[in-house]
Amino acid sequence: MQSVDLYTYKSIYRTELTVKGYVFGTGQKTACIVGPTRGNEYQQLYICSQLVKKLQELEKLGVIANDKQIMVIPCINHYAFNLTKDFFGVKDQDLNFYFPGNDSGEPISRMTGELFNQIKEYSYMIQFSSFYERAECVPHVRMIENGSENVSLANLFGLPYVVVRKPVPTDTATLNYNLQTEENSAFTIYTKAREKLDDKCMKNAISGVLRFLTRMGVMKYECHAGYISHVLHEEDLADVFAQRAGIFKPIVEVGEDVKYGAKMAEILDPFDGTVREEIVASTDGIVFFAHNTPLIDQYETAFRMIHRLHE
Amino acid sequence: MKETVFEYELPVGESYKVYRNRIMPEAEINSPGRISIVSGIHGDELEGQYICYEVARRIKEHPEYLMGIVDIYPAVNPFAITMASKTNPLFKNDMNRSFPGNSEGNLIERVANNLVESILGSDLCLDIHASDIFVREIPQVRLSEDFAESLLPFAKLTNADMIWMNATATVHESTLAHSLNALGIPTLVIEMGQGHQIYRPYGDQIVDGIFNIMCELGMWTGPRPRTQLPAISSDGSVEFIRTEVAGIFMPLTEHNHFVKAGETIGEILDPFSGEKLEEIVAEQSGLLFTQRIFPIVHAGDLLARILTGAF
Repeated sequence: MQSVDLYTYKSIYRTELTVKGYVFGTGQKTACIVGPTRGNEYQQLYICSQLVKKLQELEKLGVIANDKQIMVIPCINHYAFNLTKDFFGVKDQDLNFYFPGNDSGEPISRMTGELFNQIKEYSYMIQFSSFYERAECVPHVRMIENGSENVSLANLFGLPYVVVRKPVPTDTATLNYNLQTEENSAFTIYTKAREKLDDKCMKNAISGVLRFLTRMGVMKYECHAGYISHVLHEEDLADVFAQRAGIFKPIVEVGEDVKYGAKMAEILDPFDGTVREEIVASTDGIVFFAHNTPLIDQYETAFRMIHRLHE
Repeated sequence: MKETVFEYELPVGESYKVYRNRIMPEAEINSPGRISIVSGIHGDELEGQYICYEVARRIKEHPEYLMGIVDIYPAVNPFAITMASKTNPLFKNDMNRSFPGNSEGNLIERVANNLVESILGSDLCLDIHASDIFVREIPQVRLSEDFAESLLPFAKLTNADMIWMNATATVHESTLAHSLNALGIPTLVIEMGQGHQIYRPYGDQIVDGIFNIMCELGMWTGPRPRTQLPAISSDGSVEFIRTEVAGIFMPLTEHNHFVKAGETIGEILDPFSGEKLEEIVAEQSGLLFTQRIFPIVHAGDLLARILTGAF
């Protein structure tokens, strides 16, 4: 393993923020794995750090193919993690809205621009990310639909689901979108947790990456075949909104198969404890996404369901 | 008349409520014109607060002159304003990246959609912004080239110091102004002053422009304020000056002054060593219309913008 400094941001009074890449194998720049851009994505940081550890072990065993290079960037927003902030710097900017960046632009654009130029040299980019909502979801690979996306490749991770998303204007400034525009293959992996460390979820995520790298001929690693992924289009997910605000008490969990009309959660009055709303399933299906904090706003997304899909 | 534009329940004894002040003409008028003044999409931009007050005050002083409907929205992002935050502290998002929204969507989408729906039917909308807390701006209208033809006649009436036409970045398609313009409601973005501040002379200047527009639309029969014709610029006539080092920026010129090519407009200093790290020199002559206020800088931070060649 080699450690390379990809970008250094010099602060007047804080330690330099040096974005590091951990490189395995030599030769063709084949796969780049990118960690969290937001400072609350603890699980994504944990996954990437464990992936670096695993790849170090595997490299010593000689499993990385000749002329193939893998790079892992475990974190690009150290400053936010250290201050328990979500975003970057005094302007509180979301790094994942500043791609492809600009080498002569503002500080955040210089950082994303330099990183983008280095990441795009790799044929495949795998990013660990999470929803902005206060929620957890079933593990899946996410791709932006721009005409050049290759869903068959996303299946090779062997995760339960592949979700294809039609881009909205704000997506056009993300790392994933811009890499696909450059005709790289870009995948974003969403795992169940974000702010809590979950070992099972971490192991599944790492297995998914190693499975993909093996199937793409980047390494030789015997691992379980995983799932034959179910491909979903984001617009086909059925949203279940809270009709009232209050204390949110979920009854079902992500991944659970629920029947039409089943009780999914209760929303309670925070002062007298009475039930303001019982959220019931609007369809048969699997819970893909679930709100996971104790309070919920009116019309906040409580659940998203995979319509008429069963375990 | 104070009207509730929308209201959503929050979990603990509060609601998310946005009001507008609808001011109707005293006389009965067939098909009265309507102008909407929107402020506070970014909660750290407070210049619009005074404009809203002053428009309402002048109308109250002479209600007999009003021949149309004036809708004033002083705080469309009330939580952000009360927390002095650019982003919505509830959703942690930039509200001006969520338009046009969706009436059947989640809370963020519904909030955006409600605002757009309430403005529909206006003859003109003014979306009043301020600069952030980092730089100070002269009063200006920002126009997307996509809508320049229809907006320029209104922009010339605003009494702003300049009109800046620039190319539309894809992400800007999710702004309120772009969404309303796309729906056929001419919408001008006005930018001025600095974040967390109100500079009364700039406010008075733009309020004069608003009454000038109302006279033009036949909505105000009082004396037409004396106004100026703004300088018109495009991206090509603006010089951006950024620092290349971290330090403290000390300006050596006044904001809103003409500078000559080769003139030193500021310096970057090192508080530790007492050294001057960088001398900031204007490459072109022109009006220094943007000036850095927040002294701490990092490589890439904007120090000044100069309007060149438009005079």
